Amino acid sequence: MSSPTITRTGSSHRIGESAPRPDGIPKARGEFAFSSDLWAERMLWGATLRSPHPSARILSIDISAALAMPGVATVLTAEDVPGLSSFGLEHADQPVLASDVVRYQGEAIALVAADHPDTARKAVAAIRVEYETMAPLSDPRIALDATPIHPEGNLVRHLVIRHGDLDVEGEVQVEGSYEIGMQDQAFLGPESGMAIPTEDGGVELMISTQWLHVDRDQVAACLDLPVDKVHLTLAGVGGAFGAREDVSMQVHLCMLALRTGRPVKMVYSREESFFGHVHRHPAQLWYRHHADRNGRIVKVECRLLFDGGAYRSSSAAVIANAACFSMGPYLVPNAHVDATVVRTNNPTCGAMRGFGAVQTCFAHEAQMDKLADALGMDRIELRLLNALEPGHELITGQVITGTAPVAEVIRTLAAHPLPPAPDSITDSRLLPGGTGRTTDYSDVKRGIGFAVGFKNLCFSEGFDDFSTARVRVDGGIATVKCACAEVGQGFVTLAQQITTEILGVERVDLAPADTSIGSAGSTSASRQTWMSGGAVHAAATAVRDTLIARVARDEGVDITVLELVDGVVRSLDGTINISIVELTTAEPVEEEIEFHHAPTDELDENGQGNAHVSFAFSAHRAVTDVDPELGLVRLVDIATSQEVGRVLNPLQLTGQLEGGTAQGIGLALMEEIIVDESRVRNPSFTDYLIPTMLDLPDLQIAAIIEEPEPGAPFGAKGVGEAPTISSTPAVVAALRNATGLALTRVPVRPEHIALSADHLDD
Amino acid sequence: MTVLSPRTLAEACSAAASNPNADLLAGGTDLMVEVNSGHRRPTDVISLGAIAELREWSIGEDRITIGAGVTFAKIASGELATAAPALAMAARTVGSPQIRNAATLGGNLGTGSPAGDSLPVLAALNASVVLTSVHGQREIPLSEFCVGPKRTDRQPGELITAVRIDRLNGPQEFCKLGTRQAMVISVVSVAVVADTSSTSVRVGLGAVGPVPLRAPEAEAFAAEAINWSGQTSVDTETCRRFAELVRDAARPIDDHRSTAEYRRHATGVLAARALRRIFP
Ligand SMILES: Cc1cc2nc3c(=O)[nH]c(=O)nc-3n(C[C@H](O)[C@H](O)[C@H](O)COP(=O)(O)OP(=O)(O)OC[C@H]3O[C@@H](n4cnc5c(N)ncnc54)[C@H](O)[C@@H]3O)c2cc1C
Repeated sequence: MSSPTITRTGSSHRIGESAPRPDGIPKARGEFAFSSDLWAERMLWGATLRSPHPSARILSIDISAALAMPGVATVLTAEDVPGLSSFGLEHADQPVLASDVVRYQGEAIALVAADHPDTARKAVAAIRVEYETMAPLSDPRIALDATPIHPEGNLVRHLVIRHGDLDVEGEVQVEGSYEIGMQDQAFLGPESGMAIPTEDGGVELMISTQWLHVDRDQVAACLDLPVDKVHLTLAGVGGAFGAREDVSMQVHLCMLALRTGRPVKMVYSREESFFGHVHRHPAQLWYRHHADRNGRIVKVECRLLFDGGAYRSSSAAVIANAACFSMGPYLVPNAHVDATVVRTNNPTCGAMRGFGAVQTCFAHEAQMDKLADALGMDRIELRLLNALEPGHELITGQVITGTAPVAEVIRTLAAHPLPPAPDSITDSRLLPGGTGRTTDYSDVKRGIGFAVGFKNLCFSEGFDDFSTARVRVDGGIATVKCACAEVGQGFVTLAQQITTEILGVERVDLAPADTSIGSAGSTSASRQTWMSGGAVHAAATAVRDTLIARVARDEGVDITVLELVDGVVRSLDGTINISIVELTTAEPVEEEIEFHHAPTDELDENGQGNAHVSFAFSAHRAVTDVDPELGLVRLVDIATSQEVGRVLNPLQLTGQLEGGTAQGIGLALMEEIIVDESRVRNPSFTDYLIPTMLDLPDLQIAAIIEEPEPGAPFGAKGVGEAPTISSTPAVVAALRNATGLALTRVPVRPEHIALSADHLDD
Repeated sequence: MTVLSPRTLAEACSAAASNPNADLLAGGTDLMVEVNSGHRRPTDVISLGAIAELREWSIGEDRITIGAGVTFAKIASGELATAAPALAMAARTVGSPQIRNAATLGGNLGTGSPAGDSLPVLAALNASVVLTSVHGQREIPLSEFCVGPKRTDRQPGELITAVRIDRLNGPQEFCKLGTRQAMVISVVSVAVVADTSSTSVRVGLGAVGPVPLRAPEAEAFAAEAINWSGQTSVDTETCRRFAELVRDAARPIDDHRSTAEYRRHATGVLAARALRRIFP
């Protein structure tokens, strides 16, 4: 059996240094073992039968022909689920296998294990399902009046925020409606994993996921096994961005392995992957901003409608985030928010980088520009005037107690030099339309756009969020054990850097992430640097304290005269000097810590409460060249300012800013799962377009603002999500600036510009 | 599955004759995508990569002959690019450098997608397709070769061996529109080529019909409107009318990549720009 995760050896990089990722070079060389590379002796291949219909009754399922095929080991349907028949990230409402109805195109109905992937696929094709198709519920706007498509009804969550005096009116008001299309996380490594039955009647699952323990709990419940008989190990993850927070094949693989008594591997194809994970919620938003004549925001009203698709996933948390951050990082004394997420027969939506704040940021930033224009005010001045500060109250009534350098984020970005407008551009790759030679420079108009966003870090609304880490030092070598899922965010270097910083050891190994230790929580919500980084920090600190206590005891001195510096426990007077190597060779030290962040509250019936731990702020400025006649766009320049608390690894930080920004640009210009009558029209990278090198200019980092955040390890905030939030509205603002069009929907398609009613007269 | 790797054209023809259902493999940039996605399950494959004859090309007085195995990387620069500039422009829009190193002109025709980027240029250059089998050779106009979306007149056992196109005197232009700066399937493409010897203008359109289209009325109008003996520059009004006529020749559909309305609009805009560029 190939081992999915290796113990990695880190070199001694401290906090603030660009420690290279141990998996970086192997990935570039194609040597890194992804979950799709798993292999075992006598392994079978699993495959899944999925519904071609978004809404249908299942009249019958006939597996006999599939079962009779040579090479087929088993065929399983809903009847074969040993335990709980449903699963779900927050609430079990999705059948492990559909038995009576299917609620979205691609819903799993039956499973096959066979001796070859091709045989498995052919067996899937041989399963006969009789459907009675029904008209799908495709329009979220009518979901609440439509016949429920699920026993739990079509409303997933309705949330209101009522803050301040709702009767006040602003002298200046602007109103707008906005729409966001369905974005995909578009990770490159498709869902894959392997399950192996264990001798104690349990199962070992190697899987690429974002949260091992929440998978384990769902798998155990569906298999009717105690959790200690379900052991998960993280396999090499090829990107996540939220799409691996929900269970995909986890239960299926274990069912097949337990039934056949053999290892079973599954790898989704690219097309299947589009049906195998949740996406970003499409949203329809309405806003009205009120301000006084001087530009101070008086009140904001908004209505948010998110399409959750067939099952709940994390929709209830996404809509809460959308509501809580619906105003942007501005002081809004009075707010009236109605936020709703509904069920439809469209693809299920859930977590994706930015988690609800992406959708609302697109709207509130368009509104801020509109408001500035209505006031005759500079757009940046308006944002500065209303910028949140520490001590300000959010619309949830929560007072910001941590850092919030919003004005500095805005100012530093605004001060960053703009790219020059050249006299001519002849290289078509630098013009709208790119290599297609569609556009001459004389056809182009340039525009500039600016946007600011914010979101919460860590889990909110009273969730007891924690991570567990164990640090052991033996002979001067530290080993860190944590179930934190490395999905690209960089825990592999941070765990090592934090341990080195505290203990001064020369070598830190990272043990495989698995469920033999307590939960690390999810790699999402920009939380792992804070939470698992915090757990490692606490465990390493406990090791240090133990060592100091031991020396104090042995030497008969008080602990207050001892310190651990550069791997040596020494006394302040210099008479004691004992290295950590010597100390831990004599007796290894091990400490395990469960690290919790400060508790949060639930939101009350008016959406009020201290629901969040901390916030991160970001801003982007985009410069676009637009060919208005064809509606083609070239992003000329994108610059950002971010506040990060403290930089732990500059190279990794840059990577997060670049990647997050790129994902926001993709949403602005091209990324959309096109859903027509609840059917996905483009489940491939041929037609689901993501930006290429030529679509992304080098990110200009105007400023990285460091103000250490209380409670966070070394004061570092998470940086994974914020850069995704403000890049989309900045790009679209630049397009509006170039074209004069309203452009209220993303992604902006060429026809939205070229065929806009405003142009049709000429 | 068997994979045959003939060394000569004759060997390939007899292999194709004895396995008329075999899949022919050139660069594999279409075929392997279909195999990987499970849309095509080859039983036998005849790989054409080792056949030197298919990679030959020659530039004659009036016609250029390009072997089916010539890659887009080859067409994109050098002598071929000078002789057929619009085809070179189209070649440079195909996929990425890696794809262009593998993808062949014959494969583009073999697939016969309406969005195949060489097709509109071939249409404008009065291309004919040379098909060879154990029974001999036939050469048919592109308009007879392309019979529908991804449907061609190639018969089982036949190989596309070469393409012949006009060698013209005069400027040429190709524009391809997609919603990304590169590596994108054509939403609309337009080729406009001029021949000063015969004082003619020809237009080829891609992705706006089931097969590559020409725009005869626009071509006639342009030939008439252009002052071939004097200053060959076109005015705005000529461009506008030309655009209108080209647009009318398009027969686009709505699909997940774009709308018919936008495709029609863009066809006209690109036609006008192409004409403006070749007669500045
Ligand atoms: C990432 C990517 C990007 C792409 N971008 C573009 C693009 O921008 N524009 C574009 O037009 N295309 C694009 N394509 C499609 C593809 O590259 C082209 O159609 C290419 O010309 C196919 O050539 P090939 O040699 O790879 O053909 P193959 O894949 O080998 O074959 C294609 C078809 O033609 C048949 N065939 C091949 N040679 C012969 C022959 N001599 N006689 C008879 N039949 C034959 C094969 O049997 C098969 O059916 C792209 C493909 C990929 C994977």
